[in-house]
Amino acid sequence: MGKTTLEFDSKWDLSPSPEGTAHVKIKDQYDLFIGGKWVKPESGKYFDTINPATEKVISKVADASNKDVDKAVKAARKAYNEVWSKMPANERGKYIYRIARLIQERAKEFAIIESLDGGKPIRESRDVDIPLAAGHFFYYAGWADKLQYAFPNRTLEALGVAGQIIPWNFPLLMASWKIAPALATGNTVVIKSAETTPLTLYKLAEVIKDSGIPDGVVNIVSGAGETGAAIVNHPDINKIAFTGSTGVGKIIQNAIAGTDKKSTLELGGKAANIIFEDAPLDQAVEGIINGIYFNQGHVCCAGSRLFIQESVKDVVLRKLKDRMESLIVGDPLDKNTDIGAINSKEQLATINKFLKIGKEEGATMHQNSCDLPKKGYWCRPTLFTDVSQSSRIVQEEIFGPVLAVQTFRTIDEVISKANNTPFGLSAGVWTDKGSKIFNLTSQMRAGIVWANTFNKFDPTSPFGGYKESGFGREGGLQGLKPYLKF
Amino acid sequence: MFMGKSKAQTLPDFRLSPRVDQVGVNDRISRITSRSIKKESKMQGLKMALNMIDLTTLEGADTVGKVNQLCNKAKYLHTSNPDLPTVAAVCVYPNFVSQAKIALKGSGINVASVATAFPAGQSSMEVKISDTKLAVDAGADEVDMVISRGRFHQGEYNYVFDEIAAVKEACGKARLKVILETGELGSLDKVRRASDIAMYAGADFIKTSTGKISPAATLPVTSVMLEAIKDYFYATEIMIGMKPAGGISNSKLALHYLMLVKETLGDAWLSKEWFRFGASSLANDVLMQIEKQKTGIYQSKDYFSKD
Repeated sequence: MGKTTLEFDSKWDLSPSPEGTAHVKIKDQYDLFIGGKWVKPESGKYFDTINPATEKVISKVADASNKDVDKAVKAARKAYNEVWSKMPANERGKYIYRIARLIQERAKEFAIIESLDGGKPIRESRDVDIPLAAGHFFYYAGWADKLQYAFPNRTLEALGVAGQIIPWNFPLLMASWKIAPALATGNTVVIKSAETTPLTLYKLAEVIKDSGIPDGVVNIVSGAGETGAAIVNHPDINKIAFTGSTGVGKIIQNAIAGTDKKSTLELGGKAANIIFEDAPLDQAVEGIINGIYFNQGHVCCAGSRLFIQESVKDVVLRKLKDRMESLIVGDPLDKNTDIGAINSKEQLATINKFLKIGKEEGATMHQNSCDLPKKGYWCRPTLFTDVSQSSRIVQEEIFGPVLAVQTFRTIDEVISKANNTPFGLSAGVWTDKGSKIFNLTSQMRAGIVWANTFNKFDPTSPFGGYKESGFGREGGLQGLKPYLKF
Repeated sequence: MFMGKSKAQTLPDFRLSPRVDQVGVNDRISRITSRSIKKESKMQGLKMALNMIDLTTLEGADTVGKVNQLCNKAKYLHTSNPDLPTVAAVCVYPNFVSQAKIALKGSGINVASVATAFPAGQSSMEVKISDTKLAVDAGADEVDMVISRGRFHQGEYNYVFDEIAAVKEACGKARLKVILETGELGSLDKVRRASDIAMYAGADFIKTSTGKISPAATLPVTSVMLEAIKDYFYATEIMIGMKPAGGISNSKLALHYLMLVKETLGDAWLSKEWFRFGASSLANDVLMQIEKQKTGIYQSKDYFSKD
């Protein structure tokens, strides 16, 4: 029966269906957005931001130094002292609503730029990133004048200036996760975009300007690690919110130890996705695909460790491989693309390093058989079998479209294996039995546990990790707390 | 009563048919309906869809004249466009099969007949078998039977299975399409179970609906049936056809069905041998879209024959 296969490579190919870019406005060069104005960097230095699907330069952005960050913090402090902290809360809310609506109005432009700059498929930036980003602003706008109902009988106060550092995997969305609750609670913001994906944040700067929000309430800078360090070490910042790697998270914690800066860190992950034999297998397979190949696997909560109950291992792997064959890898702007470009050359090198390690450790690699474009950074959807808890590709976060598959026999075994990791951000459980879901979800040491679904996000739902995946929650009512003094 | 067709040594326990999660199925379908099928791929898809249509008339008011009209439409669907394929079949009640055979002679278009006390299926096994024989003896190339939904809901899976197997035997050479009437089954779990029963009992095709019950065919239901076909194929190496019927009246929806077939079962199923649309008004819309693709202009509906 082994020779029975299905053919997916295609007598009926989809014609290219690229999203038009004619109406998208990207400047040749972006200055820093400080105090409501475009400000040239002190150093006069700019760096290129490229399209990872073509390796072509899209634009140049300012490289912010210590001095520039200081300017931004001063602008934020001034805005906090003079305007924002004195403004009635319902007025604050109005501005946040306005930002939300402007994002919606310009959603298509945001989506296209997000895909151009970061390599993610337009289907995702259009249907997930941008609507959710607007959703977060809408959600937190509502809280602005209702904070005393969120925390009854408590006296609340804003912290002051929040320094925020975001990653390259969901640029606009991560910015909205951080800016929206900070503004709703009455703080002002200095936010730094990731080195490889600065453009949608500068588009957001245009929205912020157009919203009429007072100058200096939101300041946006770009740069690499040093710029981030300048924010973390600035003495007049009251809170650090960081999303990124566990390594950098540890550096930040060291840096702010002994200061009175508050912090929330949302770091790496190595989520277990657990499939029981009684699960709806076809939908579980879809959930595995969505769990690991969403955004090329550049997702901190990606379901990168798959545990299949032994009795259904063969059928799940067969279904998984068949489904992988129908995934379309290519031009991020094509509406039919399922998997876009890897975000950067460096990230592709990291992923390829792990593929090599996997093979060297004796794991069996399977990839989808599609052709890859000549230019740009690409990785086929990949899965490894014959791995174990001791394999590096099981232990370490790869941040790419790479799934490590193991099997298990009993519930106790899978709970202990799933929790046997320094990370604890998310997990998934697939079973038709309700009692099993409750048992498993209460025992997973992970901040988010999905049952019979994966990678579902909502502004009302808190998100955050355990252990080396960080602390603090973003989203939902819980997301207000880290920006308030009680 | 086990048909020798299946390579499986033992029959599965149909109570243990795989479970289906409706939310997950809807997620899958939203991926399919967001596929952008344009330009050359649209043209190719439209031609495929046209070739897979079972042009259908199943009314109490049907007459020889009405059946002849439909057969004429099938034969001369697009005389101005000779490079287009014909529809797959014309589908009628058993008493019109001989007339349809005459009308379609030499055209290469099959005659399909509903049978087994269509559409409710509320009759004895004997009546259903003789209904089938009536159609087959009159020359039907394909028989569309209905399952006993009442018996299915009562949990009498053996009865449902044996009935299908008996009708299959009565079909002789005619291909058997088994209508599950998914609009009366109530859940996707039951759609999956009924699909498994039908395939193991000898169905050549599984079909969603009679067209007399709402909802008729839907993408989620079709997705579940296609997954069942896939599992059956891996278990037995036997290909089973799929026919969504009812409610598919425009080209865009038809193309989404084809995309679902392609991504679930692969290219082998993209032909009229293995996939059909049961529809009466779809053909005109497909023709209109083909003209639009060719000329860039939508034509008035009056340019396409209504029968």
